[in-house]
Amino acid sequence: MSHLLEVRDLEVKFALRSGDITAIDGVSFNLDPGERLGIVGESGAGKSVTGFAIINLISKPGYISRGSIYFEGNEISAYSLARMRKIRGNRISMIFQDPMMTLNPVYTIGFQMIETLQAHRNISKTQARAIALDKLKKVYIPSPEKRLSQYPHELSGGMRQRIIIAISLLADPAIIIADEPTTALDVTIQAEIMDLLQELCERDRMGLILITHDLGVVSQVTEKIAVMYAGKIIEYGPTETVVHHPVHPYTIGLIGSIPGSIEPGKDLKQIPGMMPTLTNIPPGCAFNPRCELAADICTKKTPVFEEKQNGIMAACHMK
Amino acid sequence: MTTHQTPLLTVENVVKHFDISGGFLDQLAFKGGIHLEKTTVKAVNNVSLFVNKGETLSVVGESGCGKSTLARVILGLYRPNSGKIFYDGQRIDHLSHEQWLPYRRKMQMIFQDPYASLNPRKTVRQTLEEPLRFHNPKMTAQEAVDKVAYVMEQVGVDPAWIGRYPHEFSGGQRQRISIARGLILDPNFIVADEPVSALDVSIQAQILNLLMDLREKHDLTYLFITHDLSVVRHISSRVAVLYLGTVCELASAKDLFESPRHPYTRALLSAIPRIGEKKAKHIKLKGEVPTPVNLPSGCVFHGRCVYARDRCRKEFPRFNELSNSTFVSCHGVEEGWDLG
Repeated sequence: MSHLLEVRDLEVKFALRSGDITAIDGVSFNLDPGERLGIVGESGAGKSVTGFAIINLISKPGYISRGSIYFEGNEISAYSLARMRKIRGNRISMIFQDPMMTLNPVYTIGFQMIETLQAHRNISKTQARAIALDKLKKVYIPSPEKRLSQYPHELSGGMRQRIIIAISLLADPAIIIADEPTTALDVTIQAEIMDLLQELCERDRMGLILITHDLGVVSQVTEKIAVMYAGKIIEYGPTETVVHHPVHPYTIGLIGSIPGSIEPGKDLKQIPGMMPTLTNIPPGCAFNPRCELAADICTKKTPVFEEKQNGIMAACHMK
Repeated sequence: MTTHQTPLLTVENVVKHFDISGGFLDQLAFKGGIHLEKTTVKAVNNVSLFVNKGETLSVVGESGCGKSTLARVILGLYRPNSGKIFYDGQRIDHLSHEQWLPYRRKMQMIFQDPYASLNPRKTVRQTLEEPLRFHNPKMTAQEAVDKVAYVMEQVGVDPAWIGRYPHEFSGGQRQRISIARGLILDPNFIVADEPVSALDVSIQAQILNLLMDLREKHDLTYLFITHDLSVVRHISSRVAVLYLGTVCELASAKDLFESPRHPYTRALLSAIPRIGEKKAKHIKLKGEVPTPVNLPSGCVFHGRCVYARDRCRKEFPRFNELSNSTFVSCHGVEEGWDLG
């Protein structure tokens, strides 16, 4: 085991009254120290569930039904809840989408930061405060001393997201999972937050898993991309190659759908139809009803996820 | 402003402030004696622009810059505090409710969230028929159904689903239905307030293509409100950049994206993540967007502008027309400072 994080054949199911549905189906990928991986896909593709599954935050009726997750060589997917708590927020931390929702509105920033630190380490309040201040400086928050005694509502959205990044950094994690960290923010703020995340990864050799629907953001920040569709990774490879020479017809369609990828005013390349719901995934390749290359085999046999070209892995019969 | 044709819509020096001071006790202030203090949100400040027939004018800006308020003022949903709005040469901002009615048929709106803007208790047919029946009291039931079916087909929703409720549709289909509602009265002018921001990329492309097709087919004019600059570049003929309720720059989409003039426009454009391009250095703005309650003096952007000089802090810049029908409101551009 040489990878920092290794996800092997992960499957997450949700037990519903009508039977189990599979939210993610056989997802595998690795992450090395300092590496930045982007997981992209549309809503319902299973990107967030993948992120949650890594730190075992899947709550009932969901459960990990197959596969394993190794972190620094240990199989953390087999850990008890108590053992997992020592990893979660400590060695692997997560940043969520909405900075308005993730901070507790009735406690000061300082209280929330010190609380987090003391939960993971046996240190005094004064020591915790000093670490908190240091992390706030690291994320370039102006007048950090003052922020410690402020409440979340006193800060802007961009500032709150920085505070959340600072909190996620408190215990010097090896990996940060960022689930749509800038979707709720304006573009100028988004650019700043992305710069910050990238800088932290480079300086502290931290691994980053960036979950987003925005291919533009992913293509600028990450080194590798995994494209998800209906619970599966359908394409995986170096960012540059995936963006310029995508293999899977879904990735090609997705990139073509982005305004700015073609001449203004021309029709955007559109993928007909929409992603199937998880209860109703078509047999064979899940993308076949929307795919222009679809042949007979695509409706019958699930394509194998295999190496295609230029180091890209993809699951498609036709390529 | 000079134009080659009469614009379909002209907005002149429109101001919209909202009083949020609350009750008597909330207004009490004790600075140097007891007196009452009004608090107002200055959402739209002295905005002037025009929209020509058949074009798409996009209004862009970050959250809280007043883009949606401007759209609502134009459609008469809010009354402006001052300023004038002309539609097809007729002044419309001061009209009474009854006088507005004929314009409502011609000016329609499409909203952002297709989950919130359709009444969950009405079928597609009821949603689409209501405005039709209201504006055409003499229309027979059959004519109304035919029209509804026709418009549904236009937006790519199967007319067989006429009796379904919104929850039976996906987000993209709902947005199509809300576009159908905007089209049912055969309007000339449509205000689309973030019509694709709630949708996934592949669905967003479908809706953008639909909007562009409809513009051709029905000879529509759009005012497109959005924060998404790549969408703007794709769909617009001209773009107005709004910051704190003030237009910084108004130019053709091509000029704006190729040679932005205003420092804010430049910073905004440099922040767009472009797929496949290695990250260009984006221009960092200092500080945060001030609240529209306490507008800065002088140029509203001066606090975040790296080029700001004394004049910017004191004097509100004029909205000047440059040679190529680009309008910019900046002392630096006017005086030809070195803006990097």
